[in-house]
Amino acid sequence: MKRGLAIAWLLFLASVPVWLDDLYVLHVLIITGIFIIAAMSLNLLLGYTGQLSLGHVAFFGIGAYTSSLTTLGFSVHLLPDWQVSADPRPVWLGMLLGTLVAGLAGWAIGKVSFKVRGAYFVIVTVSFAEVIRLVALNWVELTQGPMALNNIPYLRLGVPGLFEISFLRKPANYYLVLAVAILSYIVIRRLVHSRAGRAMIALRENEPLAASVGVDVTRYLVLATVVSAAMAGAAGTLYAHYVRIVDPDVFLFIYTVTMVIMVVTGGKGTLAGPVVGGLIFGLLPETLRTLEIRAETQWVIYGVLMVLVVYFLPEGIVPALRNWWKGRQQSPPNALAAPAGTEAAR
Amino acid sequence: MDQFLQHALNALILGGTYALLGIGLTLIFGIMRVVNFAHGELYAFGAYMMYLWVMVLGANFYLALPLAVLLGVALGAVIELVLLRRLRGADIDTTMLVMIGAWIALQNTEQLVWSGVAKSINAPFPSSPLVLGSVSVSWNRLFVFVVALTLIAATYAVINRTKLGMAMRATFQDRDTAALMGVEIGRIHTATFALGSGLAAAAGALLGPVFVVYPTMGDLASLKAFAIVILGGLGSIPGATIGGFILAFMEELGAGYVSSGYRDAMGFLLIIVILVLKPTGLFAQKERIG
Repeated sequence: MKRGLAIAWLLFLASVPVWLDDLYVLHVLIITGIFIIAAMSLNLLLGYTGQLSLGHVAFFGIGAYTSSLTTLGFSVHLLPDWQVSADPRPVWLGMLLGTLVAGLAGWAIGKVSFKVRGAYFVIVTVSFAEVIRLVALNWVELTQGPMALNNIPYLRLGVPGLFEISFLRKPANYYLVLAVAILSYIVIRRLVHSRAGRAMIALRENEPLAASVGVDVTRYLVLATVVSAAMAGAAGTLYAHYVRIVDPDVFLFIYTVTMVIMVVTGGKGTLAGPVVGGLIFGLLPETLRTLEIRAETQWVIYGVLMVLVVYFLPEGIVPALRNWWKGRQQSPPNALAAPAGTEAAR
Repeated sequence: MDQFLQHALNALILGGTYALLGIGLTLIFGIMRVVNFAHGELYAFGAYMMYLWVMVLGANFYLALPLAVLLGVALGAVIELVLLRRLRGADIDTTMLVMIGAWIALQNTEQLVWSGVAKSINAPFPSSPLVLGSVSVSWNRLFVFVVALTLIAATYAVINRTKLGMAMRATFQDRDTAALMGVEIGRIHTATFALGSGLAAAAGALLGPVFVVYPTMGDLASLKAFAIVILGGLGSIPGATIGGFILAFMEELGAGYVSSGYRDAMGFLLIIVILVLKPTGLFAQKERIG
């Protein structure tokens, strides 16, 4: 039953470019997909280990910049008379490197910031993202600063002389993003159902207790950060080679906030939560735009929605729906048999 | 050497307003355990109220300043009553998410009302600076510094000398015991948030005429306030005061001797270094207040 539903979903998602001929809507779906991958990666940290990282966009941006610079090539003076240059490399290598470098950054940041918890951790992660943004803005020789990296090549895959697929057009990019999203979903699913995942959830529920039964706290938190950061980096590389222009604004705090809203609204600590939240907040702006609502009003609505979700759906949409469904399935037989008993039990 | 003296003087003057921002945030965190992401929006609100009174309604500058601060106090009280009152006792992540929501809503409301164009406020000070030997300082900045020091002193007096301050300190040390002794925690929370917000609005109202006023000005103010509070230790008022001056010095020296592009990076680097080396901050004694 569950497997059938998943296959039906996949077939539906895969068929979208076939029957959808509005390229703008397809573009919105691609961007939404990229953000869903980022939100899924944030969910691994926020939902499963319980650590609120507000610097997550840094990994997204590091992935985007690393991949773009690898494929464009660069030449910088690290010291006045010491120049380092790199020639342009193929895009698949750039995307791989972008993912790896983001994961490495996640390892370093995890090592440093998991010395602290709670409010302190949140603020360290924010600071880290801001420092990276200011470096991207000011190291003009490497990043072009506010002039942005332009003409980033698109992905081409194939065997020389035999065949080649180019990811220039939107349908191809849609399938690429879909494939990476499914891969990320599977990775997270396997991870959280493994021994490491159970350790992470134990840490979220009660860190001193988990540590007392021998869970290596820092090790599992850093592991979650590395996987999460690499995944966010992969989303960044997809973004860079699809939009084909990257500027320091990819590090803006507001994108982290968007990811957090997606995860919290959908349901943190659930596999489907970021997907549901991502679809809502990826498509909502476009719906609002057709109603001719200004961008500022849209953000005001986001802010108010966030407050309302925390008040009325603190667990998020997916757990709320699941409880509602369970309640419906269980109550009809009981409702007639022993209404008084269920009332008393409550 | 002259250049260094000038930087040091600029830092001293800027440090006063930074300290105001930091004290407000540290009070709110220490007493309410709320990480107030909307703090910078109160700073922007103070600056915009100054613009409203002086430039739009043509009020007297010295009258507009206390009005802007009082409006900040009122907005803070409203935020506490509407958003935070119901969440008392909720975990820190929940209130943080609510404050992030409030921050986004407030900032974009500002953008809707005032448009994204930066605005400047005329101040009634002579344009020629005060020259002291080899260094000089504008009269406007000097005024900002004096008012900021007065407000800091007033805050210390409220915390240490009044009955309200005693109740706030008691709530900080042990909320339940304070409640048992007859302290109305709800009212203390409202008063704390209003006071902290008022201090942020005061910083905005003071710096608005020095720099320009724009809708996203609160973002950096929030992050700088976090840097100051972490430097001083969460919940420590003297820590926040000294932290404000330290951050101002680092920014001035960073901008003067490294590169002006990295001026705003100093605060964040400071946060990272402090949290790696001494996570409790420089001055916190087990997160005490007063």
